[in-house]
Amino acid sequence: MNPPIPRHDRPADVYFFATCVVDLFMPEAGMDAIAVLEHAGVRVSFPAAQTCCGQPAYTSGFPADARAVARTQLDLFAQPWPIVVPSGSCAGMIRHHWPRLFADDAALAARAAAVAERVVEFTDFVVATLGLDLTAAQNEAIALCLHTSCSARRETDALRSGRQLLNTLPGVELRTQEHEPECCGFGGTFSIKHAEISAAMAGDKVDALLATGCSRYVSADCGCLLNLNTTLEKRGEPLRGQHIASFLRNRLRLDSEPAA
Amino acid sequence: MSAERPTADPRAFKDNSRLVLADPVLRRNFRGAMDFLTDKRAAQFPDADAFAELRDLGKQIRQHALANLPQLLMQLETRLHENGIHLHWAEDAAAANAIFLDLARRHDAPTMVKGKSMVSEEIGLNHEMAAHGIACIETDMGEYILQLDGDRPSHIIMPAIHKTKEDVAKIFATHIPGAGYTEDVEELIAIGRRALRNEFRTAKIGVSGVNFLVAETGSLVLVENEGNGRLSTTVPDVHIAITGIEKVVATLDHIAPLFTLLTRSATGQAVTTYLNVISGPRRADEKDGPREVHLILLDNGRSQAYREEHFRATLQCIRCGACMNHCPVYARIGGLSYGTTYPGPIGAIISPHLMNLDSTRDLPTASSLCGACGEVCPVGIPIPDLLMRLREAGRHSHPAAQQRQALKGQGAARSIVEVVAWKAWRLLYAHSALYALFAWIAPRLRVLAVAARSGWTRTRAPLRPARRSLREQLATRTPLHSRKALRDRHSPD
Ligand code: SF4
Repeated sequence: MNPPIPRHDRPADVYFFATCVVDLFMPEAGMDAIAVLEHAGVRVSFPAAQTCCGQPAYTSGFPADARAVARTQLDLFAQPWPIVVPSGSCAGMIRHHWPRLFADDAALAARAAAVAERVVEFTDFVVATLGLDLTAAQNEAIALCLHTSCSARRETDALRSGRQLLNTLPGVELRTQEHEPECCGFGGTFSIKHAEISAAMAGDKVDALLATGCSRYVSADCGCLLNLNTTLEKRGEPLRGQHIASFLRNRLRLDSEPAA
Repeated sequence: MSAERPTADPRAFKDNSRLVLADPVLRRNFRGAMDFLTDKRAAQFPDADAFAELRDLGKQIRQHALANLPQLLMQLETRLHENGIHLHWAEDAAAANAIFLDLARRHDAPTMVKGKSMVSEEIGLNHEMAAHGIACIETDMGEYILQLDGDRPSHIIMPAIHKTKEDVAKIFATHIPGAGYTEDVEELIAIGRRALRNEFRTAKIGVSGVNFLVAETGSLVLVENEGNGRLSTTVPDVHIAITGIEKVVATLDHIAPLFTLLTRSATGQAVTTYLNVISGPRRADEKDGPREVHLILLDNGRSQAYREEHFRATLQCIRCGACMNHCPVYARIGGLSYGTTYPGPIGAIISPHLMNLDSTRDLPTASSLCGACGEVCPVGIPIPDLLMRLREAGRHSHPAAQQRQALKGQGAARSIVEVVAWKAWRLLYAHSALYALFAWIAPRLRVLAVAARSGWTRTRAPLRPARRSLREQLATRTPLHSRKALRDRHSPD
């Protein structure tokens, strides 16, 4: 039922829209995604003026503020390149909600639509377009769970792409946690406005992950990762989640960033 | 369930839900019940494409009905009249209760037996009748249990889902004369049925809800499993049905797809035990059935939801309850926490119209917008979108709010702190230079932990910015393809 994911011929160039959460809270996920893209021979362009897709204000009932922010992002992607986003919910926001955000202004709506149709979630891009050669990947055995954000699951193809990718990586045993499709309880401002309910959901998700005995879990959404990792940390559990790009980089043995 | 019960007031939503979250037994029961229901539904819709097709049909039928609502209601009125069914319009709960009271007095009825009806809960019928010395007896087993215990429904399909069989055993032993204590489910049901049979025999008035109204034929369609609906609508001399004005559909043909969507989504049944189509009182050549049939059509805020185009889809609902069964929030706090007649996602989108957005302001925000509800809704209501629209309406009053009968309480959830916070966010994120500066400073101060002051840290480690933002790291980084070392590694051996 998901809309078709844009399939590009492998492009020479892509834009990278990092999202505000990756920029400030999980930059390593962004660095790793860029490294994987470059490893596949794609030039990555990071428009320096990018900030945020507007989702936090949009879902909180402040669409005018969301629009003002999203509006400034429309100018950043002049070339007709794909726009890779390392976060399913932000990719979903741009692809599905931007057109509506600008619905009452035909000119802006057209520009938003032109950007939206080029947006592709990182995992989808890797699987559908890059077709990475994984033969050189390390094959040390690891048991892993995949957690997909709700927006990624419903607004992109990241669940299928993520499973496909992990299943083809040598040495990876993909385990499925109980209630796998259920929300982890993040939901942006929901986790602050209704902290107890959100915490109950996060707690159950963490229990389900721990019960699989996996040694790591991966996700392509930093909101979920921050929510679950901070819950695990508070509980003193060693289990941690990692962005799927970071896991991939590591398995592909791409050299890490030179120490700054 | 702990002694302290959630209160029937949506303003107590947070306190109510805290109460349930702190009760591990209750939470485990809820989870088990919801898993059971979602599995049963899934088994009824094995093919996603087939479901999508059927849902599309259901959605079109409901949208068609709403698009023609005034005409369909007029047609219904004519057909009901021809069928000998008395139609009453009630603008609000008080008007509906006045009609019940008037009918009860005219028929000198000290008791009414009632089949399951959420609209009767909405108007507080039992309570109102009791205040006038009239006993309104619930005959749906779940509702009967709750009535004996002085409790409220926590689910629109399975009202007593928060009760364990031990709870029921205690309630029956305490309140039903002659009933011994037993935890045997079959026996418990038999005890309840025996007690109710007496009431059916003597009550002069039977009350029911309605699942669908058919404009073309002037019929009331009632879907049920226990047979109490059929008894309530056929044994007493007078049958009074009550439902909302949105329940009408155009033709009898439209019932079949809606019926199958309803039963499969609600209880995971291909069909229910009973499907009652009521098209009039007892006719001259008939041996049974009521001598009088009344239908009360309640507005109570529905026409206002109808008038605002953005909210109209709310009225497509066929009250299957699937959205609550699949809601991760509902599964954790249960239905009583909402403090409204309709809990869960449907409750969050309809209660602001039935009550106002002021007292229900916490409901639209109590969702992670995960989308599970919208995905399973058999008539394609975009519940997450409606939640977002209500969030917006709670924070801004629109010019439309000035108009008569607009959504009451718009802007009631407006908090100046929140408004300022989003303005600041907008200033920062809409000005890249300013944002870049912020992205440089924040990691150095590492005090961006907005959530640190909130409930976030009770169960989570504080959220801290990384030491260097991505943009800062990228500014000093050499792209992989220009790193000599890498080029070498990629050259053919
Ligand atoms: S909103 Fe949809 S899923 Fe929820 S009760 Fe109504 S019809 Fe069922």
